Amino acid sequence: MIVEIGHYALVLALAVALVQTIAPLVGAWRGDRALMGVASSAAIGQFALIMVSFGALAWAHMASDFSVLNVAENSHSAVPAIYKLSGIWGNHEGSMLLWVFILAIFGALVAVFGRSLPATLRANALAVQGLIGVAFLLFILLTSNPFERLWPAPFEGRDLNPILQDPGLAIHPPLLYLGYVGFSIVFSFAAAALIEGRIDAAWARFVRPFALVAWCFLTLGVAMGSYWAYYTLGWGGFWFWDPVENASLMPWLAGTAFLHSVAVMEKRDALKVWTIFLAILAFSFSLLGTFLVRSGVLTSVHAFASDPRRGVFILAILALFIAGSLALFAWRAPLLKQGGLFAPISREGALVLNNLLLTTTCAAVFFGTLYPLALEQVTGAKITVGAPFFNMTAGVLLLGVFFVTPFGFSLAWKRGDLLGVAQRLSLALAAGFLVFVALIAVVRGGPVLAPIGAGLAIFVIVGSLSEVAARVWRKGASLSVAFARARGLPLSFWGGALAHMGAGVALLGLAATGFGAETIATMRVGVPLTVGPYEAVIDSVGERAVANYDEVVATMTIRSHGQTVAVIEPARRQFPARQMATTQAGIATLDFGQVYVAVGDPNADGTVPTRLYWKPLVTLIWLGACMMALGGAFSLTDRRLRFGAPVRAKSAATAAALAAR
Amino acid sequence: MKTLRAALVFALLLAAGAVAHAVEPSEVLADPALEARARDLSSELRCLVCQNESIDDSDATLAHDIRVLIRERISKGESNDAIRAFLVSRYGDFILLKPPFEPDTLLLWLSAPLTLALGALGIWAAMRRPRQPTPALSADEEARLAALARDGESLPPSRGKAPRGA
Repeated sequence: MIVEIGHYALVLALAVALVQTIAPLVGAWRGDRALMGVASSAAIGQFALIMVSFGALAWAHMASDFSVLNVAENSHSAVPAIYKLSGIWGNHEGSMLLWVFILAIFGALVAVFGRSLPATLRANALAVQGLIGVAFLLFILLTSNPFERLWPAPFEGRDLNPILQDPGLAIHPPLLYLGYVGFSIVFSFAAAALIEGRIDAAWARFVRPFALVAWCFLTLGVAMGSYWAYYTLGWGGFWFWDPVENASLMPWLAGTAFLHSVAVMEKRDALKVWTIFLAILAFSFSLLGTFLVRSGVLTSVHAFASDPRRGVFILAILALFIAGSLALFAWRAPLLKQGGLFAPISREGALVLNNLLLTTTCAAVFFGTLYPLALEQVTGAKITVGAPFFNMTAGVLLLGVFFVTPFGFSLAWKRGDLLGVAQRLSLALAAGFLVFVALIAVVRGGPVLAPIGAGLAIFVIVGSLSEVAARVWRKGASLSVAFARARGLPLSFWGGALAHMGAGVALLGLAATGFGAETIATMRVGVPLTVGPYEAVIDSVGERAVANYDEVVATMTIRSHGQTVAVIEPARRQFPARQMATTQAGIATLDFGQVYVAVGDPNADGTVPTRLYWKPLVTLIWLGACMMALGGAFSLTDRRLRFGAPVRAKSAATAAALAAR
Repeated sequence: MKTLRAALVFALLLAAGAVAHAVEPSEVLADPALEARARDLSSELRCLVCQNESIDDSDATLAHDIRVLIRERISKGESNDAIRAFLVSRYGDFILLKPPFEPDTLLLWLSAPLTLALGALGIWAAMRRPRQPTPALSADEEARLAALARDGESLPPSRGKAPRGA
């Protein structure tokens, strides 16, 4: 019964979404306030209904109701509660439901927080948001119904895919979807601005928090996915330029570019047309990602289904929204008035360069991902575009972005002084160059990319810090003055500094992979082996049975100069329900580096095939990503971006002034 | 996007049907120089049954077989180029992670430089385009501005409403 209610709520949500699309559009066109007002109620209603629907599916999974096909195929009565819960989105149907649920959350947020917006802008944006909802709700109801019943109900479920039985599944997809789908708001507002034919700084100020939220989540989602891969794959790789990874990277790149250009628009009223274009681009790439994954067109393992009906349906949605929005763009964009003149050497100029490089990177990833597919369709030739290609194109371009970052961050708006900025960055430049030269000397003839990356990383980190110093510290000023100045800087500045530093930290971690060590050997219990600066020894090998799997565990001690620094338990897990085995790496985090050990099935003589890796500074990759997301969150809490905040800020300042008198 | 990387392993297991390990101890050549060559070579070759994974990283049995084959040929004294050519003749360009530069892939290789060049050209054109001066306020807008200014003066500063969004 609950399941049927969930299904019915989804059908109702579709109806409400239709109303949300049509009524406000007509209202905005006719200037009818009552009709425009429908948008907010409909958005909130749609959210409530989809929440009911999602709750029903969650209930079915938690209660292990195997009469629901989706539960029977993706769950098991013995899996821990967390995997019952994450099993909701560990399959095609459920993950699409999560997708529209998040879409509805964002729609409702606009309805609640957008009261101060011009009525027509809000109505049009919510209408576009409603249209996206209609398309995906139809998709779910017609091709991917998660509420389908199974009769007779099986006694036991087929278990969740063992690879997915990991805390990663609980966190990674929701984060990624919050990012992907968050850009739908940006898209809806861009479309609304185009429909109205006008756009201004207020638009930017309202859209920017949504873009920041989406970007933060996407950053965390991508980083989380890469860390999950890192610890489950068994050899410590964390990025493969897999089409599906690329699908999440492209919206991230476009979104990063958008964040920078919308900042220019908010502050300087420039780059309007370009900002709108990036808004369309970011969400189009999110849709493209959904298509690539859900259609199975790339035979990626991420595709749970290769049902052609689904592929064609999503392709139709993709074509509708991308072609539709681009047509709207071509038709209406010339109406948008340009403002805000600036010299080429200025912060705006640097951000334009940043946008150019980021979008080119995005294009390189796009072509690299889809070219093999297109070529096979046209000529039948099968080629592979792998890591070497992406490193040579996207990788090099991203290094360029890193080089420009500190300059852009330090240049003044409108007209900048490049020489002055170079002086201000001289310490950072020197530090970066020194690191580069030192590392070149160390590797001597080895790969040159790692030293370049490390040098740039140091440049970006020190560059961000010296910009902070320049804003806070003046010659001869006391510490308390510096502290007061630091407190006076807007949070969005701190956010930017932190995010840029985070990018530098992540790059440092990436560059450090070039300085790792690995040892591949068959290990005997009690016989130590060196890996990098450490020594590893297997103390014992044992078997144990856990919930829904059995595992062979090697207990291993990591020593440094004879001192035990860590004990890890790399293991092999066997899942009887699906007859599958997984590798559970043993990871010891030592400072910012990690010793990473994967074991194979023990041989008959008790020896264990083992791969040991020493990965210096590897955790910086993900710590850096977290810093970037934290920087985004800082910017988000900036006064300027809070609605109605200018009023409160002003009155608070006045009160303080009065009190001081 | 759901399961990201992790599910790769799943596909490997499905595709390969057997569980092996990327570069097993038994495969490693005694001579470190030859082994290093084998590693370099295998990191450029695609595991044919995986998604964009090199045979150096892959758990699949096929990847294992090719790794062994490479090491046999290296031990016999064949050059990297010869081994690569042999593998391409057997499996096609599909096995190369870095696509060769040929007419078929011209557009692919030029995509990034072309985008960069076109973008730069676009920016240059946009910067050169003469801008129309900001138009003067219309009578209607003047009236609204005057009204706003009046409201702002008549309200006490602490209760003043910021004209936002308009």
